[in-house]
Amino acid sequence: MASLLDHTARGETVGYSFSQSAAAPVKQHGFYPYTDNGGSTLGITGSDFAILAGDTRSTSGYNINSRMVPKVFKIGGDDETGEGAHIILSVVGFAADGNALKERLDSVVKMYKYQHGKPMSVSACAQRLSTILYQKRFFPYYVTAILAGLDEEGKGALYSYDPVGSYEREQCRAAGAAASLIMPFLDNQVNFKNQYIPGSGEGHALEAKKAEPLPQDHVKQLVRDAFTSAVERHIEVGDNLQMMIATKDGIQEVYHPLKKD
Amino acid sequence: MDKLVAQYSRPPHQNEFYSEQEQQDLTESLPPLSLKFAMPPVDNSASFLRAMTDDHSNPSCPIKLAHGTTTLAFRFQGGIIVCTDSRATAGNWIASQTVKKVIPVSRLSRGEDKPTKDPTPGLLGTMAGGAAVSLIYSLMGDETGDEMEAGPEDCQYWLRYLSQQCTLHEIRHKRRITVAAASKILANLTYAYKGYGLSMGTMLAGVTPQEGPALYYIDSDGTRLPGNLFCVGSGQTFAYGVLDANYKYDLTEQEALDLGRRAILAAMHRDAYSGGFINLYHVKEEGWVHHGFDDMNPIFWKTKLDRGEFSNVTSEL
Repeated sequence: MASLLDHTARGETVGYSFSQSAAAPVKQHGFYPYTDNGGSTLGITGSDFAILAGDTRSTSGYNINSRMVPKVFKIGGDDETGEGAHIILSVVGFAADGNALKERLDSVVKMYKYQHGKPMSVSACAQRLSTILYQKRFFPYYVTAILAGLDEEGKGALYSYDPVGSYEREQCRAAGAAASLIMPFLDNQVNFKNQYIPGSGEGHALEAKKAEPLPQDHVKQLVRDAFTSAVERHIEVGDNLQMMIATKDGIQEVYHPLKKD
Repeated sequence: MDKLVAQYSRPPHQNEFYSEQEQQDLTESLPPLSLKFAMPPVDNSASFLRAMTDDHSNPSCPIKLAHGTTTLAFRFQGGIIVCTDSRATAGNWIASQTVKKVIPVSRLSRGEDKPTKDPTPGLLGTMAGGAAVSLIYSLMGDETGDEMEAGPEDCQYWLRYLSQQCTLHEIRHKRRITVAAASKILANLTYAYKGYGLSMGTMLAGVTPQEGPALYYIDSDGTRLPGNLFCVGSGQTFAYGVLDANYKYDLTEQEALDLGRRAILAAMHRDAYSGGFINLYHVKEEGWVHHGFDDMNPIFWKTKLDRGEFSNVTSEL
């Protein structure tokens, strides 16, 4: 219990059960299996749709390896084009891990359909993805995943994950290299954080603006604005914007050009 | 004819006892180790994990996991109060302000997170930033309530595992598991994984006919402690300060709810790694009741302006 008790924990130790000497130099590990391939993803939900978007640039260090590597995938489709899928997944971080994760989830969702004779619900898929990520708790997938689709009531559903499977349903989420640039914008424009109703009161009595689901065209415009702005200020984001929109009619995929510098 | 009857009928008590395999499953105190988990191809997996994910010893580590939290639970005359913040941080980045750190654990209570007037039967658990989990379980007659809180990654997964075990216990024994037994499942589990780098500090709380209101603290070192009052996480000292000054067992329900909320507010104010929304639960005999997921900012200003507390903070520039 002692390790969790001290508040100075943040300064010296986290609550790990193995011993940690504060003075020990950072040990360089010979085994380094990860590369950060950069890029950014973002998801927003509405009352009857969910949008996942990502740029298509792939980098390692300062090199741009490709300008067309999609980060958003259809999960559980009938064929390799993803036809018939109703769940979408975005992965950002280490592309190889992301790809492995996508393949695993895809086969799990397909097997579910064959075994149960019905498509997997988004909430069930979300829980399964968490378990898949946690199975590599001691050798994590270097990815930040976002899962989206429509819930049982037909409302947009979006689940965001950390690399070892901790997850939460949210209205919007930005992940990857430019998350710190995009997320504050989303807080303000989607959840109306720090927006108040003019004339509703004085000082602390001022009434906060309530968040409500946004129309699809407005959300698409927010996504484009978020990415064009991120491209201006982050070197790992650019080239093309890939957007997938899940509605009751299926999944629609669109591309927009971004700056190539 | 007798032969046929013998073939298709069985003595009434034939299945009364557990088979050898079932007995072994039931008495197996340790979960199978590492069978389900992928391990890195190195000698010391814990040091690999630390090099990759511990932003403390290595601020430039590639995988930043979410930590930081304040959670508390205390027993009083009317049951158990459980209260948490909602912030998750990865380094200096606030990864989320809306983490649900109180998790219903039992099968019957799982799912709904809407504030409700009626008590929900089942267990609740709590999770604290990468390091803490607390679980609350209440049970009376047919009704149970479980509440639990945990550090995002480890807590979420292991509380779900515990939920599964509690449900199995219920099916096998035709009665709900006690909080003591549920907490021991979790403690045996964390002890089995000692040294692997798990990080969780959990409180498990509930009310059962056998025990009455019960509260346990369990962490990733394998510690398991029964008690009246626990605070867990980076903001725990601030919460203890408020709680210790005002706590007594004979608190009324309203006083207890206010105290829980006030203690978390103090921690959110002084601990940079805590903040967001105040998540408040009350566990009683009939089950647990959710008392809101409220933005701390208006509560802070109300506490300051109406009650004159936080006089350290000026309301005007």
